[in-house]
Amino acid sequence: MGKIVYVLPDGEQVIEAREGESLMQIAVQAGVSAIEGECGGEMSCATCHVWIEDDWAAKLRRPSQDELDLLEADDHYTDESRLGCQIKYSSAIDGIVAKIPG
Amino acid sequence: MSHYDIVVVGAGHAGTQTVFALTAGGFTGSIALIGDEISIPYERPPLTKGYLADSMLSDELAFRAEAWWAGSTVERHLGTAVVAVDADAHTVTTEDGGTISYGTLVWSAGGEARRLPTPGADLNGVHVVRKLSDAEHVKRLVATTRKAVVIGGGYIGLETAASLRKLGIEVTVVEALERLLQRVTGEDIAAYIKAKHEGEGVEFLLGTGVSEILGEDGHVTGVQLASGQVLPADLVIVGIGLIPNVRQLADAGAEIGNGVLVDKFCRTTLPDVYAIGDCASFESDWVPDDRLRLESVQNANDQAKAVANTLLGKPQPYDALPWFWSHQYDDRLQTAGVLTGYDSAVLRGDPATGKFSVVYMRGDTVAAVDAINNVKDYAQAKSLIGRTVAADDSRLADSAVPLKAFVTESQLA
Repeated sequence: MGKIVYVLPDGEQVIEAREGESLMQIAVQAGVSAIEGECGGEMSCATCHVWIEDDWAAKLRRPSQDELDLLEADDHYTDESRLGCQIKYSSAIDGIVAKIPG
Repeated sequence: MSHYDIVVVGAGHAGTQTVFALTAGGFTGSIALIGDEISIPYERPPLTKGYLADSMLSDELAFRAEAWWAGSTVERHLGTAVVAVDADAHTVTTEDGGTISYGTLVWSAGGEARRLPTPGADLNGVHVVRKLSDAEHVKRLVATTRKAVVIGGGYIGLETAASLRKLGIEVTVVEALERLLQRVTGEDIAAYIKAKHEGEGVEFLLGTGVSEILGEDGHVTGVQLASGQVLPADLVIVGIGLIPNVRQLADAGAEIGNGVLVDKFCRTTLPDVYAIGDCASFESDWVPDDRLRLESVQNANDQAKAVANTLLGKPQPYDALPWFWSHQYDDRLQTAGVLTGYDSAVLRGDPATGKFSVVYMRGDTVAAVDAINNVKDYAQAKSLIGRTVAADDSRLADSAVPLKAFVTESQLA
């Protein structure tokens, strides 16, 4: 067990994370309501859009073209944009900070 | 008799998301969520996909962990069907004879998978895939299944067929209409998906009715077609549509069409009764002069939010853009918009490459876009639906021109 820090407009939520689960699944199951994960990780909704700063992003696999294509069409797209459903939690990223746009 | 400010009937996607939206929105009144399934509220789309074919477990399907529910003030009444609604008294009656009164009722009871009307439809080994319990049954049977027949060439049937093939089972799909996905997509997509399945070894019998399900010792052994031909099978999946669960509202006097009729705020014709999700027939700006009843996660979710907003004192008409996805083998199909009543279809890209899309036009307005393994077109289509495109088909057909380029054109036009 490790943790993920979700940064919302009105404060932080620190959630326990299990190996292999995505940042989207972990947030949805815990009720971090700003992450909806409507499509369940099928890259159809972008409702798990998060911003990951460079230091953490460097520890992650790079986004696929599909992920970028979906994110680029989102109003909150920046260089730090990722889909939470495409990032699997592992101890290597214990404490990762995921900012929720908005 | 217990009383709640809001009673939500149906713990599927629409009902559960209503509860989440209300609690996230700071609703301070009492809420009850009533559902006829015993399981913790869960997601349905994976039932025919990851849950059936992969190692996905039932607890991964839960919308939220048990800890969330335990920490919330929402009272769950699960494994309880609502059998009657009294709109004047503002009460619902449950199957055990209990009565619950409400200030506002949100009806999100979804629908039942349509059963085959033919003899033998109740044999062991004949299944629909609508609920977790259905999928659990099928999952237990697949280890001993060699031949499966899938009746119905819609998304449920095809997703299940793909999952069964992935498990090494021989699959034949029987469809009464002349082509697959007749009601939900165009010919280019249907042809591509058919060819994909055939490449994976699925056989199709189109334009064919089923006359009887054959069995021995109570278990299915085959499917007899109207032609007399018999397809041996030890598992039969029936995916022939959904019947909206609205009888209780009809009995209570609500206006019913294809589902329960609601206005743009998801209000039924009964006082303080809203209806959302698969069972609601709503007025939509996305189709001209028509109502829509959509069986999709997007619709359930967005209608849930719309109703929650109204109940939180922030009413806004429901006008979210419809979108949908399906997943078969490694192919991702994504749809934005509604295909009802389109005039022409423009193909973008070459289906042979496994990546293309189709733009459906209603006059010179973009009605919908289907994308196969083309997230870019799907994502950009979302801002193009409902807009007038003053471009000829040849430019729209040029997949090198991004769809978002037409958004600018349509604004200038």
